[in-house]
Amino acid sequence: MNHIISVLVENKAGVLAKISGLFSRRGFNIDSLAVGPTEDDRVSRVTITVHADKQGIEQVIKQLYKLINVLKIQELDPNNIVERELVLIKVATDARNRAEILEIVNIFRANIVDVAKKSLLIEITGTSSKVNALKELLEPYGILELTRTGKIACSRGSRKI
Amino acid sequence: MSKITGAQMIINCLKQEGVEVIFGYPGGKVIPLYDALYDSDIKHILARHEQGAAHAADGYARVTGKTGVCVSTSGPGATNLVTGIANAYMDSIPMVAITGQVSTSEIGTDAFQEADITGITAPITKHNYLVKDVKMLPSIIKEAFYIASTGRQGPVLIDIPVDISQAMVDENITAEIDLPGYKPTYKGNQKQIKQAAKKIFESKKPVIFSGGGVISSGASQILTEFAGKAKIPVITSLLGIGSFPEHNPLSLNMAGMHGTKYANIAFTETDLIIAVGARFDDRVTGKVAGFAPHADIIHIDIDPAEIGKIVNTIIPIVGNAKDVLADLSQRFFELDNKKSMDRKKLWIDFLMDLKQKYPLMYDKDSPNLKPAYIVEKIYEVTKGEAIICTEVGQNQMWAAQFYNYTKPRTFVSSGGLGTMGFGLPSAIGAKTGRPDKTVIDIAGDGSLQMVSQELATAVSNNIPIKIMLLNNGYLGMVRQWQELFFNKRYSHTCIRECVDFVKLIEAYGGVGIRVTDKNQVEKAIKEAVNLDKVVLVDFWIEAEENVYPMVAPGAPINEMLEWKY
Ligand SMILES: Cc1ncc(C[n+]2csc(CCOP(=O)(O)OP(=O)(O)O)c2C)c(N)n1
Repeated sequence: MNHIISVLVENKAGVLAKISGLFSRRGFNIDSLAVGPTEDDRVSRVTITVHADKQGIEQVIKQLYKLINVLKIQELDPNNIVERELVLIKVATDARNRAEILEIVNIFRANIVDVAKKSLLIEITGTSSKVNALKELLEPYGILELTRTGKIACSRGSRKI
Repeated sequence: MSKITGAQMIINCLKQEGVEVIFGYPGGKVIPLYDALYDSDIKHILARHEQGAAHAADGYARVTGKTGVCVSTSGPGATNLVTGIANAYMDSIPMVAITGQVSTSEIGTDAFQEADITGITAPITKHNYLVKDVKMLPSIIKEAFYIASTGRQGPVLIDIPVDISQAMVDENITAEIDLPGYKPTYKGNQKQIKQAAKKIFESKKPVIFSGGGVISSGASQILTEFAGKAKIPVITSLLGIGSFPEHNPLSLNMAGMHGTKYANIAFTETDLIIAVGARFDDRVTGKVAGFAPHADIIHIDIDPAEIGKIVNTIIPIVGNAKDVLADLSQRFFELDNKKSMDRKKLWIDFLMDLKQKYPLMYDKDSPNLKPAYIVEKIYEVTKGEAIICTEVGQNQMWAAQFYNYTKPRTFVSSGGLGTMGFGLPSAIGAKTGRPDKTVIDIAGDGSLQMVSQELATAVSNNIPIKIMLLNNGYLGMVRQWQELFFNKRYSHTCIRECVDFVKLIEAYGGVGIRVTDKNQVEKAIKEAVNLDKVVLVDFWIEAEENVYPMVAPGAPINEMLEWKY
């Protein structure tokens, strides 16, 4: 099962390496990882999606807590979160199919952020499934490049971790 | 305000932490530190290899309970520490390792003798630091000692670039601990403790499983009182040896691969395991699926990650063994003591019978030189008062089985990592920490050759340890496996006749004694113990003697291969 965990860490050199090292060393696979500073610039938030069973995720969380620079960890309830990923997709286009692509982009409320003679750069934010759906539709035109930020997530309501 | 160098600051900070002795080895990137050390009254013991320095700091920590300190230069010096650090990590030993590093401007350039030691040791340290600002030194050192010695203890590494130790800094700069994410739990949850007491009260066949955490938290006495009054038998792990007196009738000794048969049967029959500061290593559990099939488990550990990691637990209690046991004991004795004892009577009788029936054995009538006999004699001669360090292999298991340990911090052995070459340097550290004690390294000839250069450390620093070499001419434990599971194909485990150990110790300036006959054993041990010198007794033991009982790898622990007459 996929779990999303949100980890608050001290914003210090080497912390991310310690976190990712812990995952590989203990045999857990990171599906997605996103890091950035929070409202407090001494603190960063790492959002990790990991595939593990119940015992596995428990062990991941306990092991993460042992890292001295880890401040707080929360496993997010997938039913009560807003999750987003930002993706840039460069699609091959020509004059004939450009309109078609624009239509798809509009339906997905994605944005065109760069137009060239032979390509379009599309920006989309959303859940992984939305992103995947767009990607599937664009694939037949030829995806030249694709880059994803990794998933970030926040629980709904005013509670904070 | 007067200024001092970073190196002097390091020395000041170490003194503040109460450091009396450092084990180390110099090199280019720590010359400033060694220069500052020259003027200080901190004792420095020069090892002959950085691994020796790390193990010595480890042994020192194990017998004193203080944090051991080792120092090396950058690059190869630092990487030589790695085994020693990993060893301390696996066994939760408080240690601070200080390494020199190339100067900050050279970091990342593959400069001469650069190694990314914080990267290398991330998985084997509790925490590590690369110092980038000389002003941070006091805080970092303070934090390092704090982290190493609190919570689940462990090694912390501080990597110090040479320009940092040369930089000038205000002498009076203050050190502050700023670790918002680090809050070890000492007191156990009272509700769970109450539940645990009730569970123990109700159980008919409880055992206590006592591990290294009991020793490191200083809980041995409380454990002994609790077990004695509640009449609960105690099994130890290898690292738990000494946490409960082995002459106590309730002691079932060590369990596991080479544990006692009665301990292993107790685990198989018990309805309740009270695990205290023990982590259910696979050398204890054997095949996990078959381990303690009837037991509920109460697991007390300061590290929440250990609870539920290997075995399922019904009552997890996160806390320090000493605090939790004190509370648990109090709660337990609020209940009807007599009722509890009545319930457990059959169990105790059953175990006492088992102890009679399956004692640890060897062929006592054999005229040959038997290692178990030697260990028993060491016990007799030292009256059980010595600190015993061990190497790894058969020697380690004989030392665990046939010496009777009655006090914590008297058995020093590499458990989690199983590091050959640990015994000699750890004995050097142990004797440095406890000069009042007889310190003995029960050694194997293979292990000793991994670190024999440390004989020089012992002799030149006048550290009169005793090496009792159980010399079988084999990498004995591996040979035993080859005998039992690989059709006696002794592939590369015979190391006979490659070194004359008596001459070797003499070459270093110590005393060598050779024993080839059973009748000489006692006399030689006495002589070694009574001489105020480094002594190596080279016992030519029966070469193909095996350690029994034994659980075959992957088998359930109650199916033991036993010693045959
Ligand atoms: C550094 C290291 N290398 C290899 C091993 C694997 N190993 C475990 S026991 C053993 C044999 C030990 O031989 P010796 O020190 O002569 O002791 P004996 O078993 O004969 O008492 C070996 C090679 C180890 N534990 N540590």
